[in-house]
Amino acid sequence: MAPSNDWKFTRRDVLKMGAMSVTALAAPRLVAGGSESGLGATSKPVTAKVGMEVNGAQQALELDTRTTLLDALREHMHLTGTKKGCDHGQCGACTVIVDGRRINSCLTLAVMHEGAKVTTIEGLGRPGSLHPMQAAFVKHDGYQCGYCTPGQICSAVAVLDEIKADIPSHVTGDLTAKASFSRTEVRERMSGNICRCGAYSNIHDAIEEVAGGAA
Amino acid sequence: MKFDTPATTNPIDRLKVVGKPVDRIDGPLKTTGTAPYAYERHDVAPDHAYGYVVGSSIAKGRIVAIDTSKARRAPGVLAVVTAQNAGKLGKGNFNTARLLGGPDIEHYHQAVAVVVAETFEQARSAAQLVHVDYARAKGTFDLASAKGSATKPKDGKPDTAVGDFDKAFAASAVTLDATYTTPDQSHAMMEPHATIAAWEGDRLTLWTANQMVDWSRGDVAKTLGIPKENVRLVSPYIGGGFGGKLFVRADAIMAALGARAAGRPVAVALQRPLMMNNTTHRPATIQRIRIGTSKEGKIDAIAHESWSGDLPGGGPETAVSQTRLLYAGPNRMTAMRLAVLDLPEGNAMRAPGEAPGMMALEIAIDEIAEKVGMDPVEFRVLNDTQVDPENPKRPFSQRRFVECMRTGAKKFGWERRAARPGSVREGRWLKGLGVASAFRNNLVMKSAARVRLERSGRLVVETDMTDIGTGSYTIIGQTAAEMLGLPLDRVDVRLGDSSFPVSAGSGGQWGGNSSTAGVYAACVKLREAIAQKLGVDANTAVFDGGDVVANDRRVPLTKAVAGGDIVAEDGMEYGDLDERYQQSTFGAHFVEVRVDAATGEIRIDRMLAVCAAGRILNPKSARSQVIGAMTMGVGAALMEELVVDKRLGFFVNHDLALYEVPVHADIPHQEVVFLDETDPISSPMKAKGVGELGICGVAAAVANAVYNATGVRVRDYPVTLDKFLDKLPPV
Repeated sequence: MAPSNDWKFTRRDVLKMGAMSVTALAAPRLVAGGSESGLGATSKPVTAKVGMEVNGAQQALELDTRTTLLDALREHMHLTGTKKGCDHGQCGACTVIVDGRRINSCLTLAVMHEGAKVTTIEGLGRPGSLHPMQAAFVKHDGYQCGYCTPGQICSAVAVLDEIKADIPSHVTGDLTAKASFSRTEVRERMSGNICRCGAYSNIHDAIEEVAGGAA
Repeated sequence: MKFDTPATTNPIDRLKVVGKPVDRIDGPLKTTGTAPYAYERHDVAPDHAYGYVVGSSIAKGRIVAIDTSKARRAPGVLAVVTAQNAGKLGKGNFNTARLLGGPDIEHYHQAVAVVVAETFEQARSAAQLVHVDYARAKGTFDLASAKGSATKPKDGKPDTAVGDFDKAFAASAVTLDATYTTPDQSHAMMEPHATIAAWEGDRLTLWTANQMVDWSRGDVAKTLGIPKENVRLVSPYIGGGFGGKLFVRADAIMAALGARAAGRPVAVALQRPLMMNNTTHRPATIQRIRIGTSKEGKIDAIAHESWSGDLPGGGPETAVSQTRLLYAGPNRMTAMRLAVLDLPEGNAMRAPGEAPGMMALEIAIDEIAEKVGMDPVEFRVLNDTQVDPENPKRPFSQRRFVECMRTGAKKFGWERRAARPGSVREGRWLKGLGVASAFRNNLVMKSAARVRLERSGRLVVETDMTDIGTGSYTIIGQTAAEMLGLPLDRVDVRLGDSSFPVSAGSGGQWGGNSSTAGVYAACVKLREAIAQKLGVDANTAVFDGGDVVANDRRVPLTKAVAGGDIVAEDGMEYGDLDERYQQSTFGAHFVEVRVDAATGEIRIDRMLAVCAAGRILNPKSARSQVIGAMTMGVGAALMEELVVDKRLGFFVNHDLALYEVPVHADIPHQEVVFLDETDPISSPMKAKGVGELGICGVAAAVANAVYNATGVRVRDYPVTLDKFLDKLPPV
């Protein structure tokens, strides 16, 4: 995984500097103040420049440092395929793949991802050229309202990679054996992605088909 | 077009497109994240600002003072709207509580302010600076203690009675008298209530997540005090509703008010932690059920009483409704009583009435069957009725309930169920099977559409119908394709815009059948116009393969539109067939569970639903509706409960971490069987609803399976291990 910046600090250094500057460390190109003013504004938001590669394209942004990766994608890059279901890391609708690992993009600030490679649902496939997982979701009707779907698909793609990379889960019985695909494994690993429409049974069929094809 | 006599043969019966399990036509958009939901319309409102809602931190009382000065001075803030500066607001026909509180507060997290800023981060930050002084008033929050004060609701039919229940019950050979409770539940759809509002002069456009476009257009107008014609609602994709988006909610009104104050478009999504208390929920119930039977298990007497609560002016949870229709029995009564509670507004959630009603009734049936010494499948079969038991002259339009039970029992291996509960042990697991009936009425609603055959040969369908995950896009496309003899890929379906003809909308499982019937009506008119253009008889012409076949000649449809598009608009209205016949949908749910003998952990291993719900317009999307409903039923059975803080009057677990819903690990592979049937009394589509049938009875089937596994009966939902762990047999 690429480091988020070039600066090296010890944990003690970070603690000494205090909580306020931690964000600044993660985002070295700090810009004082923004252009916005309130009805009688007294202070201005802290912004920072951040660059990342999203779906293969370089993005250079200047963001309020409070902006989550999710809101950077949706509100600043207009990549609205990634959904905001709870904004608290409880539902999984905002799942994206950052440097090969799936994360909840609502639980991480955009400025923490300098130099990262981000793949969103738009980066997996487009209508007319669907990723195999997207096509399997269509075939097995692995969705209904469609709102959790991009997160489910990003998670599903990453889950198969995790199993391939021999990363164990909570239900892996034998940590010394190679991780393998099973219903129990997939259900456990997918359980951070809530589908209130209840398409789980179909989602599983879609993932199983792609896993079978990939094996 | 009026539907007042049962359907005969019509073009839908060709079943070249309708009835086929085709993939959803919106699938490629939804799976690539390119279907636009309400809060993500940078395409139409590129310069919108952001609103953040402040919710009341008291349940009842009034705002003494509200200080927005700090918030207004915060960076990026464009406006702060409260009841003080919002202007005069009305209340929608479908709302019980007002959507902007102040000075009076009616429930916890009722919106009291919206802070509008340039960015989301600024709005969120500034919202913390709104300071509200409240005077808290004493409220009533506990249904059990308010039960004694409950009164007969004014509307509907709170009391029904046929025969002499008391006498028959007293004389019955076998009796059951048991009380069940169901908790408050939350829709918890994945997409928060969200709206982008934009004003152009005195005209308002709302891109919003709403199931009922026309109802809500009217209620937005009424709330804001502007003419309905000045409001446009656009709701093409909705990230789940389940009844929670039937009505206008605070997101829409706060966005509209915020946009007016800020002088530019404003986007508002209700923050997830506000949703459970700010919006509506399925109200808790206390239900008493009494059943008296003969020694042989014939029901002589059946009574179902239900208590629920709501805000002043609200209504009851109609949990007794299925008991009026589901089982035979000459002596019967139902009653509903409503307490005034100061909790957030109670309202419809997927299968209102029947969902919680069947949670109780179907445990009661399991209990009485055991008392009689009968298999619960056989007990239900024995007490089937083919007529409305309150009015035996009124038949069901179709009722293949017994076939559902028999088919399911056979397919599920019901004969392997041990009649003696708690008697099957496999290693650490106690195993059990459960069954319950599924029942939900079929409602038909007026619905219209506009269809246009374009010169290119493409067919465009426009209706304000919504697709909340139900598959409306696809079945509407299939209907239009069938009617015009076109392949599905030559049809474009446009939904969810109030500038389109008014549809049935999505609710009460009426949407699929009613909206396609409206499209059918419009297509009949379009066929007539095309036939006229081609000089053939519309009644005998066959629309097939992109051609019109008449008088042994085959003419391409495109010939009719060589001179320009042909447009037709019509709708379907209904006569009294739903009064002359009882229209309902039926099913049977079968569940297998295992319960850890030591810890009480419950796992569901198998689920099967058998449904009889008229013609299934698309078996793939209909099956998804049913498995989704079964999943929500598992939630109702095992985990879903809004926990009431009885001192302060709010739902404590108001987010998705604490309000638990089923996840992947909770749900096994699910089987669904649809009986092959048509119901010509329902509509020319001969279809009925299915999306709510799927949830009715599921929770009881799970609870009955847990009883069969453990021998411990739990009558208070959800069935959590704390309610039975101490009664489990010794390990």
